[in-house]
Amino acid sequence: MIVAEQKPLEEIKGLINEANKVLVVGCGTCVTVCFAGGDKEAGILATSLRMNTKLEGAPKDVTHLTVQRQCEWEYIDPLRDQIGEVDAVVSLGCGIGVQALAERYPEAIIVPGLNTSFLGLPIEQGVWEERCAACGECILGLTGGICPIARCAKQLLNGPCGGSQNGLCEINPETPCAWQLIYEKLAAQNRLHLLMEIQPARNWSTGRDGGPRKITREDLRLVKKEAE
Amino acid sequence: MNTADGTPLKIVAFCCRYCSYAAADLAGVLRLRYPAETRIVQIPCTGRLDTLEVLHAFEHGADGVMVAGCLEGDCHFQEGNLNARRRVEHIKQLILQIGLEPERVEMFNLSSAMARQFADAATSMTQRIIDLGPNPLRVADRDQMNQMIEKPAG
Amino acid sequence: MTENMTNGYKSGSRLERILRAGHFAVTGELGPPQSADGEVIRKKARLLQGIVDAANITDNQTAIVRMSSIGAGTIAVQEGLEPVVQMTCRDRNRLAIQSDLMGAYALGMRNVLCLTGDHQSFGNHPTAKNVHDLDSLQLTQMVVKMRDEKCFQCGDEMKGAEPRFFVGAAANPFGDPFEWRPYRLQKKVKAGADFIQTQLIFNIERFAKYMEKIRELGLHEQTYILAGIGPLKSPGMARYMRDQVPGLDVPDIWVDRMMGATTGIDKEDKKARQDAWRREGIQIAIELIKELKQIEGVAGVHIMAIEWEEAVKPIVEGAELFPRPEPTSLPTSDTETAA
Repeated sequence: MIVAEQKPLEEIKGLINEANKVLVVGCGTCVTVCFAGGDKEAGILATSLRMNTKLEGAPKDVTHLTVQRQCEWEYIDPLRDQIGEVDAVVSLGCGIGVQALAERYPEAIIVPGLNTSFLGLPIEQGVWEERCAACGECILGLTGGICPIARCAKQLLNGPCGGSQNGLCEINPETPCAWQLIYEKLAAQNRLHLLMEIQPARNWSTGRDGGPRKITREDLRLVKKEAE
Repeated sequence: MNTADGTPLKIVAFCCRYCSYAAADLAGVLRLRYPAETRIVQIPCTGRLDTLEVLHAFEHGADGVMVAGCLEGDCHFQEGNLNARRRVEHIKQLILQIGLEPERVEMFNLSSAMARQFADAATSMTQRIIDLGPNPLRVADRDQMNQMIEKPAG
Repeated sequence: MTENMTNGYKSGSRLERILRAGHFAVTGELGPPQSADGEVIRKKARLLQGIVDAANITDNQTAIVRMSSIGAGTIAVQEGLEPVVQMTCRDRNRLAIQSDLMGAYALGMRNVLCLTGDHQSFGNHPTAKNVHDLDSLQLTQMVVKMRDEKCFQCGDEMKGAEPRFFVGAAANPFGDPFEWRPYRLQKKVKAGADFIQTQLIFNIERFAKYMEKIRELGLHEQTYILAGIGPLKSPGMARYMRDQVPGLDVPDIWVDRMMGATTGIDKEDKKARQDAWRREGIQIAIELIKELKQIEGVAGVHIMAIEWEEAVKPIVEGAELFPRPEPTSLPTSDTETAA
């Protein structure tokens, strides 16, 4: 899932300082699961903004609501009236949610309340770790199901580097060395031969380096009705 | 009991039904004195403490919030009180960002037999709030009310 | 190793000729300054010239910005010191690396060491974006391909003169997982590494085990392995390297030797203590080299006396590696037309 963290209150306030009526929009999917932008967090942010602006002598009228997914038109289309009534919207969706709202409501001021951090999973409650870099060409089949693009600090395809010590990455004693994990996994499965092949220079164009990405599936597209 | 400027105090105590809620009850039975401003809200376990409800208490005028759970190691649900303590620390950070003193919220641990300690905790919390003064949000409310009276709308 | 062109040499560099002639090679290290002062390079080059066969010019080592390795390497060439240009994958993508290496070749550089590069979080620009378009193995492949296949990484043919480098790679025998390290070296050899420079060796016993495996794989016959040596400056440095530096294995015996070096010297006499430590550090380096020379498959040493270039001469002399042999000179002065 997408993992995010809330921005500091001060920063969010700076983004909406000219607005009097503010709507905080939570999202009921990824950011709910990572406790960053669900209905609860939207409520906490709304009351925090109300209290804070009141204490500073310029109270804002802040309300909140939550949609199931900010990243799909059908969930955000019904917000037209509520968004039309406010001066600014704080989206507690990920970067996709913020942009979906901004695209759907071009006249509205939509600002982010979260920093979208990474694609990852909660390894335990309250602890999230990155797992996927969305690079567009998955090599997990060669690396024992452990991604060196997302989990090696240097994105090595032929690791580990010399900085792997006691199973940890040299850049951070809390980060396991991805290549140590890959090695152990493949050794346990008796598949170390996979590592003997030199992985050639990668085609990064399937990732962000190739420019913004797009997928079109003609089999899924709806037949366009003639313009009336 | 009032704050220095004469406004009556409001302190909300979120009490676990297995310990401090019973302790408060026992304090009553034993005729122990504790500040009447303490408004007790029973919760099934402090692990159920909701950050949003604490913030709403402050937003609606509470001057202080006590959270009282079982003694550490004695939680009816294993570790709800330990989770609550961390949550209270988090709430302190939140209200600091909002502009309230983090001392306005505090975690206590009591057993159901500790009526005296409950009364002491309520008294010390009340004293702390008296020293801090009323919730500035209430003061802001009053100031805005006064402004409206001085300059009627229209 | 394929023989082709340039009189049977791949690059014709002094380092290559020394190794091919079967001499025990000595390389050093020259760290460029954190400034644009070329005089620093000239001074250091003069300390190393004639003492080592070639000197590595580091590429923003430990991710701290310094004069470029190619810029500093150009000055070294002018001073008659053969550079080994270090090239990391951290700061440049494949376009920049290829173009920089063609420039380096045109400026007279003949050796390159292919490295991944220290992570930027260790250096003075921790907020920088890193590149890592290639890793060190892919970089090695690319530089070898430019030389042997006369083509760019993309496959396009190079129309004019190709850069003909003697291509090196690094190895850390003590990194984890230890059992995998010989195989990683094997991959580097497979990628085409002509020579290997290792991380600092202090644990001879463990390194000998590693070399045993290297010989078992036959790698010592396919590449030249130069063992890394670094003189210790003080007991503090020895302890720090033992306890804090990932991928280093410093046995207690050397730390104890460094601590014992000042026995009988007045604690207040800082100068005498420092001199005693440095003498001991140099002595330990000499002993290590003498032991390394006995290990089959070790083709030379790489002496890393960082910001202590003065130490290299006494070490090389003490290890009986001085004077340096003069390798056979290239039959023609213009190596590019010799094909």
